[in-house]
Amino acid sequence: MAMSSTIPTPTTGSPGPGGFLVTLAIALIIMLAGIVVSVVCAVAVFAALNAVLPDIKLVQAVLVMLLGVAACFGYFWGSNRILDTIYPARGVHIADNINKANGIRPWLFLGPAVVILGIYLVYPVVNSIFLSFHGPDGRQWVGGANYAWLATDAAFRESMFNNILWLLVVPAAATFFGLIAAALTDRIGWGNLAKSLIFMPMAISFVGASVIWKFIYDYRAEGTEQIGLLNAIVTFFGGEPQAWITLPLWNSFFLMVILIWIQTGFAMVILSAALRGIPEETIEAAIIDGASPFQIFYKIKVPQIWATIAVVWTTITILVLKVFDIVLAMTNGQWGSQVLANYMFDWMFRGLDFGRASTIALVIMAMVTPIMIWNIREARKDMK
Amino acid sequence: MTALDLKDIQKSYGATKVIHGIDLKIDEGEFIVFVGPSGCGKSTLLRMIAGLESITGGDMHIGGERVNDIPPSQRGIAMVFQSYALYPHMTVYDNMAFGMKIARAPKEEIEKRVRAAADILQLTPYLERLPKALSGGQRQRVAIGRAIVRNPKVFLFDEPLSNLDAALRVATRIEIAKLKGSMPDTTMIYVTHDQVEAMTLADRIVVLSAGHIEQVGAPIELYERPANLFVAQFIGSPAMNIQPATIEKTGRTTTVRLSGGTAEVPITSPETLAGKPAKFGVRPEDLRLADGGDHLFEGEVHFVERLGEVTNIYLKVVGVEEAVVVKVAGVQRHAKGDQVRITAAPEKMHLFTEEGRSLLYL
Repeated sequence: MAMSSTIPTPTTGSPGPGGFLVTLAIALIIMLAGIVVSVVCAVAVFAALNAVLPDIKLVQAVLVMLLGVAACFGYFWGSNRILDTIYPARGVHIADNINKANGIRPWLFLGPAVVILGIYLVYPVVNSIFLSFHGPDGRQWVGGANYAWLATDAAFRESMFNNILWLLVVPAAATFFGLIAAALTDRIGWGNLAKSLIFMPMAISFVGASVIWKFIYDYRAEGTEQIGLLNAIVTFFGGEPQAWITLPLWNSFFLMVILIWIQTGFAMVILSAALRGIPEETIEAAIIDGASPFQIFYKIKVPQIWATIAVVWTTITILVLKVFDIVLAMTNGQWGSQVLANYMFDWMFRGLDFGRASTIALVIMAMVTPIMIWNIREARKDMK
Repeated sequence: MTALDLKDIQKSYGATKVIHGIDLKIDEGEFIVFVGPSGCGKSTLLRMIAGLESITGGDMHIGGERVNDIPPSQRGIAMVFQSYALYPHMTVYDNMAFGMKIARAPKEEIEKRVRAAADILQLTPYLERLPKALSGGQRQRVAIGRAIVRNPKVFLFDEPLSNLDAALRVATRIEIAKLKGSMPDTTMIYVTHDQVEAMTLADRIVVLSAGHIEQVGAPIELYERPANLFVAQFIGSPAMNIQPATIEKTGRTTTVRLSGGTAEVPITSPETLAGKPAKFGVRPEDLRLADGGDHLFEGEVHFVERLGEVTNIYLKVVGVEEAVVVKVAGVQRHAKGDQVRITAAPEKMHLFTEEGRSLLYL
């Protein structure tokens, strides 16, 4: 307070680096005070109640949950209260106080969440990097041995190759089908019903979807009755039934179909909203200019929603880089269908080699991060 | 030569009729303005001419050809939209060239026409820019340029100035008038709700109301000889003062009884109207303060608007429900509560039947 009165500049502008540090320091102190007080209160209440309540685990669990929520509320209310006491919204410095309190308040409210999220995101990355330089049990230092192994490992190369295949096919196909579905369902009466049907697979878990598609690709030994839909169609036209998911290379595409089936609905919903946002008059102007419906679609509509298409595309790309459940449930990486995430899972929980699994995880992260950054930038641009 | 011929043109959306049989002939090179209040069907009619709305009934001919079932791009029209409707992902050049590119015109021809249009509209420095890098007025010029490049028989403007601010609107209005001057053979149809645009731009104004044509005529004709009460009150600002009257004497001049006396109006009336109720109208700008005893109304000032160039005085006149507005030049020092007497030249008075039709057109 004494300091602020000696500074002649108005406090409404952005504070200098010194002002920022002061703000942060005050915020930290209040945050700590708030956390300590609310935790101490919660623990005290728990101790007091636990003494009188019967010794049943369920009751204790419920009590802990209630007190945890109460402590959170207590923190927000209490820290806000401390802030208002330090900078009261009255007196001669009222404008100054309100500005300062407004500078600190976001830190108080966001602080705990930012810290917890930060720990949960940053710690695993740091630990993975640490583990990638260590042996299977994560204790002895092996230097770049895991990376050297990766460079020569045939299964890793197979996974990379398949991941790149997935990357090329699935985002493109899902976005393309989604765009077509969005355009076709835009102006028809039963369009909403069609959209619901196309969107519905989004609600199915990847494992559930895999189970459904297992029946489609199912193969029974020769001589027994085929129950797979695809084999039923093939035999109807006089073909030989096949064990589809064991055909190398082809099986990857059969698995991709499942993800495309799921993601088309997502692409359609987002692109449909974008299509509706196109000004009607630009389409009418194109009609007067003599453009055919097809030309209007790809020369007027698609370019106007290009940013949205890119965001949909990259969102699905990130998902594809992490594809795991479908491969695990359908083939578990056999018959040449291995992908990175499943390979990592294999080394982690079957090979029990933390070092190699972490190295593969870092490869996935290195591939996802740049796309993620680009995606977020595009999405932000779109929102402006 | 007739550029556009509408015969009993109708439009319905399901059971709702919005255009009730429009008959209109527009000559080549005319500048026609459709004007009317919101929802009168003026934009719908324009969009029907453009081909963006289907025609429910009647025949439409452009340049002698029946166009009811011809798509917009082959009707020989070009349209300028209220929101400009520029393609946001294309440069100014591509926006103007798009129609010709679709029509697979030769490259040099496109180049020539786009450059020529850009020249007329002073857009040459902006040809490589995207619309978002242009001001509102520049965007509107690009929209006009896109229409010019199509080299249409009929230009259609759908409220092209309503998204511009007041100063730019006046400037662009003059631009459009100049543009018309430089293209004397091109027919233009312009929709607006702004009567100043209508009065200043039009060769002929079409006043529409509720899907009907109320009157078609030159701006001054509409002002001086409105065919009915709707046109009388729509054209001119403030609106014409209307009050109930009774016709006392018919003949070459008509005598009517008003609330505060009688007026002799040099308008012929048929004998059948003798003793019938009627409407008496006089424009605020045709009323003046009376010096001597002879006056039309006497009333009490209850509101004054001083605009500098003119003063609008709102009078309460005994026996007249609505305020009588007097528009006098310059700044007047009348205050609320003053008693004033006003009069008007007989040839500036208007008479309408009880149903609202002008006695001039009976």
